[in-house]
Amino acid sequence: MNLPGSGILKGMAVTAVNFIGSFLDRAHAKRLITEQYPEERPTLVETSRSFPFLVFDGDPEKGIRCTACKICEKECPPQCIFIVKDKDANGKPILRPQIFDIDISVCMGCQICVEVCPFESIRMDNIYEVSAYDRFETLVLHKEQLLKSNVYYRQIHPTEAAQTDARIEAARVKKAAAAKAAAEKAAAAKAAAAAKAAETQPEPTA
Amino acid sequence: MSFHPHNSSLNEVNGAGALDVSLGPQHPSTHGVFRMNVRMEGETITKLQPVFGYLHRNHEKIAEANSWLGSMPYTDRLDYICPITNNWAYARAVEQLAGIEVPERAEYIRVIVGELTRLQNHTAFLGFILGDMGAWGSALMYAFREREKILDLFEWLTGARMMVNYMRFGGVRCDLPVGWLEKARAYVETYPAFLDEMEQLLTGNEILLARLQGVGVLSGERAINGGLSGPVLRASGVDYDIRKVDAYGVYPRLSFRIPRGTVGDCYDRFMIRLLEARESIQILQQAFAQIPAGPTLNPAVKQRGFKPPVGEAYGRIEGPKGELGFHLISQGGDKPYRYHVRPPSLINLTLLEEMCLGTKIADVMVILGSIDIVLGEVDR
Repeated sequence: MNLPGSGILKGMAVTAVNFIGSFLDRAHAKRLITEQYPEERPTLVETSRSFPFLVFDGDPEKGIRCTACKICEKECPPQCIFIVKDKDANGKPILRPQIFDIDISVCMGCQICVEVCPFESIRMDNIYEVSAYDRFETLVLHKEQLLKSNVYYRQIHPTEAAQTDARIEAARVKKAAAAKAAAEKAAAAKAAAAAKAAETQPEPTA
Repeated sequence: MSFHPHNSSLNEVNGAGALDVSLGPQHPSTHGVFRMNVRMEGETITKLQPVFGYLHRNHEKIAEANSWLGSMPYTDRLDYICPITNNWAYARAVEQLAGIEVPERAEYIRVIVGELTRLQNHTAFLGFILGDMGAWGSALMYAFREREKILDLFEWLTGARMMVNYMRFGGVRCDLPVGWLEKARAYVETYPAFLDEMEQLLTGNEILLARLQGVGVLSGERAINGGLSGPVLRASGVDYDIRKVDAYGVYPRLSFRIPRGTVGDCYDRFMIRLLEARESIQILQQAFAQIPAGPTLNPAVKQRGFKPPVGEAYGRIEGPKGELGFHLISQGGDKPYRYHVRPPSLINLTLLEEMCLGTKIADVMVILGSIDIVLGEVDR
């Protein structure tokens, strides 16, 4: 039979071990030490995600991958994406967004837009500290703020970016091969047609 | 304790002064925005009326307007302490509806993350119920220290600590990162030591025993009649665990026991979490040993523009808090016709008044804490 109060004393011993241990465990092997946040920054894991951004290659105007297909706009669960297709001087729609807004005060960072994008153009950022006083002026991100280079993407998500780059490269090689094959086929067809034409040409009568 | 002058009245009931008190909805002991209208005679509860709906977010109606995949991130926000099991229940319901096969590796990953979720939920519970008894500090901090390590694993795997959005129809979104399994295994190995420490700290404590033993007794029969599930039901001595009853996923291949209580009081409900955590460790160790290589997502399933056949399905899993089920009706379109959640927290609350009647006002907090509710799930 335990002495009355012995359970409390046992518990206090555990508390004491933890209290003293927090001073001795310098390597933080067992204990989690509070991060002194603004001075100490957390090292984010690679997969960490917060809000979406738009990837471009090289030049932010020409290299934009987004074709304004509006799939992400349609699939976004809280409907925080707004896209308007661009038009050329003649009013003909071109495959580029004129307006691409994401309201990050509504966005819940679920990354469904990333998964549904067929052009690998929208990806998750890992920014934080985006609080602001005005919701509409600062928390609705426009195309200019959303566009970030592929180099940046490689920095924040190296593994994922490498996979994406490999996929794009494979698609490019496949497309080039297909184009080359098509060109060869066309050339062969043309040569055959020319030969046939030469063959069927009536012999000049002597 | 909030006191509403217009709500309360000093009535003469049987010669004694009855006092109506509105507890909550901002009271820290009510685990969120839960409110109880309590009538007391002295300090004894004579009537308790739960009021909820303060966190209602239209989850089910939003799901009817969203694509099937689009509801997946919203399920994270039901029971935000354990989002992965919510994902799992929804994915399982859709898989039943459309008859989707899940690859073996994905099933094992689901078991691993699901049991880790159970571990961290029960760990957080230990901290919370101590908080309800007035022991803010050590116990909660120790519990959250361990929970944080599991959440770090989740962040590494899914990109977010809590809003994971991890499961997909026919599998999981991404494979385990390189080194994740080793880290998780090493972490789970340290876990029994933490549970020992917690038991040393708490289970022999005389104050804790006095506050928990014999408080809020619920018989097994009443628990069944009330539709209760999960640890609350098993604490009342009923052997009912959907992991065994339905034997879904790869659970039949894993050997584990179902702990049961004998008295059905708060102490049983407290201890059953500790015991279940130990069983979860057993499950995890077997799953770590058995997990095969292979695909993690059924490639035949189109996630975007997913259209299940016309029909109706009810998919359920044993969540950390009880039976979590999704009832889905499809008309063949890209949106559910009806989407209903059966949240364990809400159903487990139904017998709150019965457990509280005749107890003291200070015990109400402990009884509510022992049910382990999350208001995101109660109100949806």
